[in-house]
Amino acid sequence: MSTLEIRDLQVSVKLPEGELKPILAGVDLTVKAGETHAIMGPNGSGKSTLAYSIAGHPKYEITGGSVTLDGVDVHELSVDERARAGLFLAMQYPVEVPGVSVANFLRTAKTAIDGEAPKLRTWAGELRGAMEKLQMDPAFAQRNVNEGFSGGEKKRHEIMQLELLKPKIAILDETDSGLDIDALRIVSEGVNRVRATGETGFLLITHYTRILRYIKPDFVHVFVGGKIVEEGGPELAERLEVEGYEKFLTRA
Amino acid sequence: MTTEAIAPPSTKSQVLRSFDVTDFPALNGLEEEWRFTPLKRLGDLVKATSLTGAAPSVEFGDLPDGVTVSTADDVDPVLTPFDRVSALAYGSAAGVTVIEVAAEAEPAEAAVIRLVGKGGDAAAARTFVKVGNFAKATIILEQSGSVTLADNIEVVVGDSAQLTFITLAEWDRDAVQAQHVKIRVGKDAHVQHLQVTLGGDLVRQFTSVEYAGRGGDAELFGLYFATAGQHQEHRQLVDHSAPDCRSNVGYRGALQGASAHTVWVGDVLIRATATGTDTYEINRNLILTDGARADSVPNLEIETGEVAGAGHASATGRFDDEQLFYLMARGIPEGEARKLVVRGFFAELINKIPVEGLRERLGDTIEARLVEAGS
Ligand SMILES: Nc1ncnc2c1ncn2[C@@H]1O[C@H](COP(=O)(O)OP(=O)(O)O)[C@@H](O)[C@H]1O
Ligand SMILES: [Mg+2]
Repeated sequence: MSTLEIRDLQVSVKLPEGELKPILAGVDLTVKAGETHAIMGPNGSGKSTLAYSIAGHPKYEITGGSVTLDGVDVHELSVDERARAGLFLAMQYPVEVPGVSVANFLRTAKTAIDGEAPKLRTWAGELRGAMEKLQMDPAFAQRNVNEGFSGGEKKRHEIMQLELLKPKIAILDETDSGLDIDALRIVSEGVNRVRATGETGFLLITHYTRILRYIKPDFVHVFVGGKIVEEGGPELAERLEVEGYEKFLTRA
Repeated sequence: MTTEAIAPPSTKSQVLRSFDVTDFPALNGLEEEWRFTPLKRLGDLVKATSLTGAAPSVEFGDLPDGVTVSTADDVDPVLTPFDRVSALAYGSAAGVTVIEVAAEAEPAEAAVIRLVGKGGDAAAARTFVKVGNFAKATIILEQSGSVTLADNIEVVVGDSAQLTFITLAEWDRDAVQAQHVKIRVGKDAHVQHLQVTLGGDLVRQFTSVEYAGRGGDAELFGLYFATAGQHQEHRQLVDHSAPDCRSNVGYRGALQGASAHTVWVGDVLIRATATGTDTYEINRNLILTDGARADSVPNLEIETGEVAGAGHASATGRFDDEQLFYLMARGIPEGEARKLVVRGFFAELINKIPVEGLRERLGDTIEARLVEAGS
């Protein structure tokens, strides 16, 4: 059973001129396989910064604290090593990769994560199955990664990767944004299938409570001004639904 | 001496044309058309009035039915030389290699012809490709070995013919080539030229297109990859003088390593007579490392108000770190992620090649170059 431990994490964003702008002001959080943690916060509170810095995006610098996955200091690992260690980030804004087909991308990623190429015999079926579950047209496999995808297609593609790559810890950054209710249901069902295995821990980042009606969190953390300001169970999400973030903003 | 100065008030059409090399002054680097080219590295091609080295040998295996290759003492030129080097190639070439596709022939396979340089003194060569009316063919010209070469390739595409013409410059690293390609597109004919430049020290290719009648369609594609020290230059002049013709120019290049230099200059001229012209040209460059330089100059001259479409674009960018991050965040190691992105950058062009083996070979060669240049 895997554990992601975030201790007093301080992160700055690197500005073009080279200065550092502090964003995360000491985050403490422990996510275990089988648990689902919702991180809820207003725009600009640093949610994506948390997600990106754990995944190792070069734009962010860890200036203090630590992130460990099963005791391994994630900071010491390159982006691809982190992914192979079992971290997965479903991005808020997935990136277009022109000229690289979804099929080729997924096979390459699967090979990298598993350390061996998927069996030719079973892979095609596995891919088709994963696409079907997310109600994606088979022709999708031949399209270029994220190129010309609608908002909903991008998010379904991210969750399809989640299902295929089976990470230990998955961070979903505003996966609900830009989704209509049908797409939200399809995406949530994908997440819930992975949850049901009990082998993945989730960090579900969201601004709105809507997605939490489909994916029930075990823990809710309110994120304001680069840190967690309140923690509780699912009932905290309901309180936020009613009260909004105002109360926490003034306190932060 | 045959000299003709064509009249229209256009800068691109007013150049001196002559079959006599001495009508053109030796290159000094101040000429607009040569300002990007490192003349020193052109060696004898700069000042010589005749070249006596051995031309690359012409090699081919079984040719598909309908395609023949022969040698002729002379062929009525389609390319009237318009600069020193094209005149030098014309005057010095000992003979002409003639590749011919019979009228109405539709060979089942691509015809592959290799031009192999054996080193030695600077040489000249002429190649003439003649595609008969209503023929449909793919011709692949593979250029390899070592040379210092001035050569002209003249292509006549008959009425309603369809030609896919792939020229590969996979020269040895020390090779120098200044090449002129001239394509005459017949009435309702379609030509797709794909120019691939990977090898050589200096490769400069000037491709010009003219239309013999209405309804001609020319697609000029280019794929190049320059690594440390290489100079690769591609120029096109598409001369629209017939009505209702189409041209589409798309060149893409990657650059990697210190002083890798690429030049793309795309000139499209739409004359007053060329009403209904539809043209688009685009050049994209992917700069993989510091110290590489890509020059990119699109130029469109329009002398008629009645065009169906005319546009150009040029974009030179660095490697996209967000793409790299996305791929690496899925566990793909950096080197492999780079390969995917660069292969993807060229995919659209490579996929135009109708021969699977060649598509694969080019993809692999590009990947190998990425590694060789130490990414
Ligand atoms: N590249 C950047 N340059 C400057 N400020 C940035 C950059 N990226 C993020 N920020 C700032 O960091 C803060 C947190 O951003 P982000 O982590 O994206 O928040 P969230 O995901 O919660 O909306 C915001 O104030 C944002 O303006
Ligand atoms: Mg965000």
